[in-house]
Amino acid sequence: MSTTTLDLAPAAGRSSQGVRRSAMEVATSLALALIGAAAIWDSSRLGAGWGAEGPQSGYFPFWIGLILAGTSLANLVPVLRARGAAAEAMFVTWPQLRLVMSVLIPTVFYVAAIPLSGIYLASAALVAYFMMRLGEFTWRSALPAAVATALVAFVTFEVWFLVGLPKGPIEELLGF
Amino acid sequence: MQFVVPAGTGGGADQMARVIQGIVSKHALMRQPMVVVNKAGGAGAEGFLEAKGARGNPHMLVITLSNLFTTPLATGVPFSWKDLTPVTMMALDEFVFWVNANSSWRSVQDLIAAAKQQRLKIGGTGSKQEDQIIAAAITKASGAQFTYVPFRGGGEVAVQLVGGHIDATVNNPIEAVTHWRSGALRPLCVFDTKRLADTGKMTETQAWSDIPTCREQGLDVDYLMLRGIFMPAGVKPEQVAFYEGLMAKVRETPEWKDLMQQGAFNTTSLTGEAFGAWLAREDERHRSLMQDAGFLANPA
Amino acid sequence: MEEIGLLMQGFAVALQPGNMLLMLVGVVLGVLIGVLPGLGGANGIAILLPLTFAMPPVSAVIMLSCIYWGALFGGAITSILFNIPGEPWSVATTFDGYPMAQQGRAGEALTAAFTSSFFGAFVAVVMITFVAPIIAGFALRFGPPEFFAVMFLSFACFVGMAKGSPLKTLAAMMLGFLLAAVGMDTVTGQLRMTFGSEEMIRGFDFLVAVIGLFGISEILCSIEEGLHFRGQKAKIDLKVVLRTWAELPRHWFLAIRSALIGCWMGITPAGATPASFMSYGVARRMSKDPAGFGQGRIEGVVAPETAAHAAGTSALLPMLTLGVPGSPTAAVLLGGLIMWGLQPGPMLFVEQKEFVWGLVASMYLGNVAGLLVVLVAVPWFAAILRVPFPIIAALILTVCAIGAYTVSNAEFDIVLMLIFGIVGYVMKKLDYPLAPLVLALVLGDRTEEAFRQSLLVSNGDLGIFFHNWLSGGIMAAGIALLLWPALAWARAALASGLGRARAA
Repeated sequence: MSTTTLDLAPAAGRSSQGVRRSAMEVATSLALALIGAAAIWDSSRLGAGWGAEGPQSGYFPFWIGLILAGTSLANLVPVLRARGAAAEAMFVTWPQLRLVMSVLIPTVFYVAAIPLSGIYLASAALVAYFMMRLGEFTWRSALPAAVATALVAFVTFEVWFLVGLPKGPIEELLGF
Repeated sequence: MQFVVPAGTGGGADQMARVIQGIVSKHALMRQPMVVVNKAGGAGAEGFLEAKGARGNPHMLVITLSNLFTTPLATGVPFSWKDLTPVTMMALDEFVFWVNANSSWRSVQDLIAAAKQQRLKIGGTGSKQEDQIIAAAITKASGAQFTYVPFRGGGEVAVQLVGGHIDATVNNPIEAVTHWRSGALRPLCVFDTKRLADTGKMTETQAWSDIPTCREQGLDVDYLMLRGIFMPAGVKPEQVAFYEGLMAKVRETPEWKDLMQQGAFNTTSLTGEAFGAWLAREDERHRSLMQDAGFLANPA
Repeated sequence: MEEIGLLMQGFAVALQPGNMLLMLVGVVLGVLIGVLPGLGGANGIAILLPLTFAMPPVSAVIMLSCIYWGALFGGAITSILFNIPGEPWSVATTFDGYPMAQQGRAGEALTAAFTSSFFGAFVAVVMITFVAPIIAGFALRFGPPEFFAVMFLSFACFVGMAKGSPLKTLAAMMLGFLLAAVGMDTVTGQLRMTFGSEEMIRGFDFLVAVIGLFGISEILCSIEEGLHFRGQKAKIDLKVVLRTWAELPRHWFLAIRSALIGCWMGITPAGATPASFMSYGVARRMSKDPAGFGQGRIEGVVAPETAAHAAGTSALLPMLTLGVPGSPTAAVLLGGLIMWGLQPGPMLFVEQKEFVWGLVASMYLGNVAGLLVVLVAVPWFAAILRVPFPIIAALILTVCAIGAYTVSNAEFDIVLMLIFGIVGYVMKKLDYPLAPLVLALVLGDRTEEAFRQSLLVSNGDLGIFFHNWLSGGIMAAGIALLLWPALAWARAALASGLGRARAA
């Protein structure tokens, strides 16, 4: 479902000043119905019957999937029937979406970078980026804050609690 | 140094890993810190796949239980013990046939006879793992049918038996010993070819060594569970030798001996070729046991 | 009376200066563990366990149980300040605690949460002290049918709570059940809904989902209104503690009821998470103003916190007397006992009296020490909200990512967390309630498991859920609660129908 927000945004934008709520309702209902259908499909593979000694592996997921698909499709009815103000309601306006994206997009990069750079470097970069782009900090305060974040996290997790977090080339170089 | 436990916190493998971790840090046997990591997902499949993916990594150890053999067979997860480098067998865990002390069953024959009259319930840990395999082997050897009821952990299974919700269990000694001593459970026999070694009195009248083997009782089933240490595949022989030496030192400590004595473990230890041969034999044996019981995900 | 003497002896041991210091260290470490999501009490105890072998067992267990206390207290902090539950049992605390923080009442919510935790735990310790031998055996009565009945009751308490569209509530709940079912089916050992993916074998961990659904989605929702957090104006002085304390005695009945629910759920042993949900549900039903719940009512903080900690504490009783751990934390403590040569189980109370009463004494003192530490720190915690948004947002994201990773050391979980964050954002904006989803995700697989175990035991006979007064009684209570809204609705409809008839 992660992609629905991003994909729908430009399409709906041509006719109004934001993403319509009805479009999101439809997308969400369809996505949930799809999940329900996937559950039904996988459960029938496992056996969704009621055996001699109670339900089989797929019994509960099958019915739950069916209910999920059913309710999701039923949720479509009021959306498609809606007229007037209810149909025009906004899910998110463009300025709002821009604000959300200003946090979401760097976060996506952050998550994508963790396997490559390790969590410490990525976190330091995230802190510095947020401070300089979203706040009015200069690199003079952002850089020390970023380094401090990474160091505190490192000492707390790796040294104190002996919890290994994802590490990248820099940590390897330092011998961890 | 990562020490992967392919089971949840609090289980037998987890306890043993944490004892080893404690011993290593207390006696300063190694320079690097040892970190225990639980990867229990999919009956341990998660941990095994992680170790399989860590080819050549000398900073990872895996402690195994019988799910080394059973999980790939039962789920079809692409993994086999050959994807790991065997280091050493630390011990073998025994299994004992327990019933509630209030029941009228005093011997295996009593229980089997009752089970033939009326279907009895055996509780165990997990599904298509060692406990259920033993239950299936009992059925095969005796002809009596049992309903197997899976629970999450050995301690829970023992308490369900004390509470009378199930009729029998095949708990490890350490999981049930306290209930035996309090007089709530009664051991019928031990699933080994010879009696347990420890002769110290555990109850007023009985020691571990007083429990007959199942074979003596006319039930020809024996089963031992591996507690072994492995490394990922593709590591250098000197790295394997290092951990072999480390574990040999661990086995010499008094803390380890205490654990072995408390849990009435079978203290057999194997390394190198002998261990490899043992593993190959056990793998075959599990395959045929599970084939008989119809537990295979992909029956050949 | 021998017990009281031993307890006093236990106090004497625990009050030695060295042990007092260990208590303080334990509580502070515990709070830290509780605050960092993903780093549960189990991690802290597991990691410190080897270090404690050098100490005498009583000192070691004092320190470890104080870590446990600290973690219990700490779990509420991130729930209230950032809507991120650090532990499963803090989820219900977010429902009203977070709205309170947004209204600038963070200090009040924190004080209420800590005080309620203290009260719940205190009631449970008193119970352990005086009636332990009587109730210890009670857990033995709980087989699969009884366990299922308790789970059923937890759901029943909660159903009918959500406002808004019943269809959306149902869809959210079903999604939660499906997510809970992913991974290995414990009853048959088959893999369900993994679709051949190795990452899915693990299933969806509750914490990963909740960090995303609650924490990340909350950041996304709140920045729509600009780059700042609401609730920054929180008053931060220690007087807020006293002011809140002046208000709390009014809720004495709620607190006692919640503590009793907690004790019952801890002994049975269903655990702290269902206890907190159940207590919240009951508090809402019994309230004169149920609609106010979820908007920042102090009762909505008192009820789940009291119950969760009463349950967390009383869960130690089945662990000590039966050797069954009620939580992963308790499981690691159990491993610790074994390493100290103490075998938990029925013989512990007979053979190791000094140890047991030393532990009980440390529970009293650790609880007091914990309360003092966290209350003094309330203004500092509340002051976190004043940190400029860009810094705090980046730090929350970092802590969330670390938390999601540490749950099972999987980088994929960080990706899942982000996906759950976006899903949570969309669902929240479309008025899908998240609470039923989370409830189903937490309790779903245990409930299904208990149901199927019961039917295995009964050879497929559904009558087993009514086979004795215990499970039958709990089931009946659950059914009554489920039908309650329908009955209330019918009565209202009838009354209005009569009224109209009379008017006409």
